[in-house]
Amino acid sequence: MRIIVTAKQVPDTNEVRIDPVKHTLIREGVPSILNPDDANALEEALRIKDENPGCTVTVVSMGPPQALTMLRECIAMGADDAVLLSSRAFGGADTCATSTTIAAGIKKIGDYDIIFAGRQAIDGDTAQVGPQLAMRLGLPVVTYVQKVIEIKEGSVVVERQLEDGHEIVEVAKPCVLTCVKELNTPRYMTIGRILYACDEADIKVWNEKDVALDPADCGLNASPTQVVTSFTPEPKGKGEMLTGSINEMAAKLVSRLTEKHVI
Amino acid sequence: MVLSEKYELIRKLARDFATAEIPSELQDEIDRTGNYPQELLRKFAKYGFYGIKAPKELGGQGADTLAYVITIEEIARVSMVSAIYVSGANSLGSGPLMLAGTKEQIEKYLGPVARGEKYPSFGLTEPGAGSDAGGVVTSAVRDGDYWILNGRKAFITAAPISDFCIIFAKTDPSKGSKGITTFIVDMKAPGVSFGKPEHKMGIIGCPTSDIVLEDVRVHDSDRLGEINKGFINAMKTLDIGRLGVAAQSVGVGQACLDEAIKYAKERKQFGRRIADFQAIQFMIADMATELQAARELVYNGAVMKDRNDAKASMYCSMAKYFASEAANRIAYKALQIHGGYGYIKDYRIERLYRDVRINTIFEGTSQVQQMVISGALLK
Repeated sequence: MRIIVTAKQVPDTNEVRIDPVKHTLIREGVPSILNPDDANALEEALRIKDENPGCTVTVVSMGPPQALTMLRECIAMGADDAVLLSSRAFGGADTCATSTTIAAGIKKIGDYDIIFAGRQAIDGDTAQVGPQLAMRLGLPVVTYVQKVIEIKEGSVVVERQLEDGHEIVEVAKPCVLTCVKELNTPRYMTIGRILYACDEADIKVWNEKDVALDPADCGLNASPTQVVTSFTPEPKGKGEMLTGSINEMAAKLVSRLTEKHVI
Repeated sequence: MVLSEKYELIRKLARDFATAEIPSELQDEIDRTGNYPQELLRKFAKYGFYGIKAPKELGGQGADTLAYVITIEEIARVSMVSAIYVSGANSLGSGPLMLAGTKEQIEKYLGPVARGEKYPSFGLTEPGAGSDAGGVVTSAVRDGDYWILNGRKAFITAAPISDFCIIFAKTDPSKGSKGITTFIVDMKAPGVSFGKPEHKMGIIGCPTSDIVLEDVRVHDSDRLGEINKGFINAMKTLDIGRLGVAAQSVGVGQACLDEAIKYAKERKQFGRRIADFQAIQFMIADMATELQAARELVYNGAVMKDRNDAKASMYCSMAKYFASEAANRIAYKALQIHGGYGYIKDYRIERLYRDVRINTIFEGTSQVQQMVISGALLK
């Protein structure tokens, strides 16, 4: 069995501050990390690997060469190997172009049973790449997976998170599953695996020629999304939490709304 | 020292692990109650922290000394007592086995330590033999295939929780330090008992106690190294082991600096942040500079050790001497910046100040380090 995990290196938004004058993110000195939802995706793949000897976990990412550090981290957690799709031609990609590139990389890897993706990346929050990837590969997709119940011969049974509960879905393999943080707690790296990841592991770096893509289908050239402007919303200020029984809270709410001339 | 990606990933692992697994509430609880959670010790074992330098074939991580000191530094930055558990297994416990163990002894004892199945301790110090380690009076007398051990070891870190202890005993009382032999003693063997854990000033949560040996029978197969060559084994272990204390000093020093900077930015007096006063700024500058100098000495000692440099022992002593003294100066200034609040237990600096005081004392006092350094230069 082969599991593919897609991962993205992102700025650690816990550490990001906003430039008070320019209203843009201050990226200097902000560490880059493995996108948190992708860490859940990798952990789930590794758990399946732990229980299925012979299962291989391959991590695929698109990004600049510095993303190799993140891929080494994935191998240090337990992934078998990794591929970085990296080329100037891939730069400036929106989700549409990104999923084309990653799909091409996955096609080149070939044989696989499950593709785990994070629900979304903390820098863009689009949650689009996973489902787009499924579309480009012609695979079924289940988003918001919060539990993997069973891996069967030809299918996977998962629990899918809903706003007010969950649904159980059985999906034919191969498939794409996008993961939420409730799925698991990612493991730590180990020192021995870090040594392996840095000294021995062979991480492949592929450009557009390696994955047989026309530069016109990559990066900025193939990105219909155009950012017209971006701004920092004004902080809303702290909300007020009402406490007490439902009746008491309803009474307080009405009186507050009346005070503010909302009703 | 500019570190490669490999060491930066090791730093990230140790930092992420310590920050997530030893939150500040837990640190306070350990310091207040003296109880260290067994579950946390098991997690250190599970993630291979007890076998950082042990070979991979035995289940260790197969890393070098630089990886080891970075790991200890990052754990100590969060919790010094936790760093002691980790460094104890890696250096004082494993060192003598790696230096002098037979293949069988290494498989029987080092493997389980590296895999976190057994915890070791190191029994050299006695009530009358501290810096003068050659003055041990614990005796080992041959009796056929066995040795009979009698004596008392003092201030043994983690003694009551250890599975076995590396004991140094006199086998030839006429010969001083050249009459000492090393034994691996099962801490559940008949005749082994422990003194009451000492009430310490800091590093609370790691029990330190006496080990009492009364007619303890140790099989000759558990003799470590040659007869009467134990002192060299002890000194070689300590030569390198003290790098662990040096790394702890850097970690705690960093924690003190972190706390001082945070507090100086929060605290307001005379209508502004105390960080805006030059008196505070200069203290912060001194602390950060000394800390960085200490860190460079520690990494340098580790690299010298990994290269088997002829003067590695001296460089390790320099690192331990400077880093532990510097960490105490940094802790002093950090507490001074906190003013009266630093003297009460609600502020983290109070514990850091107590914890780091031992670093100029254990595994060779600063004065012993000065002897080692000058000894290497004047011989």
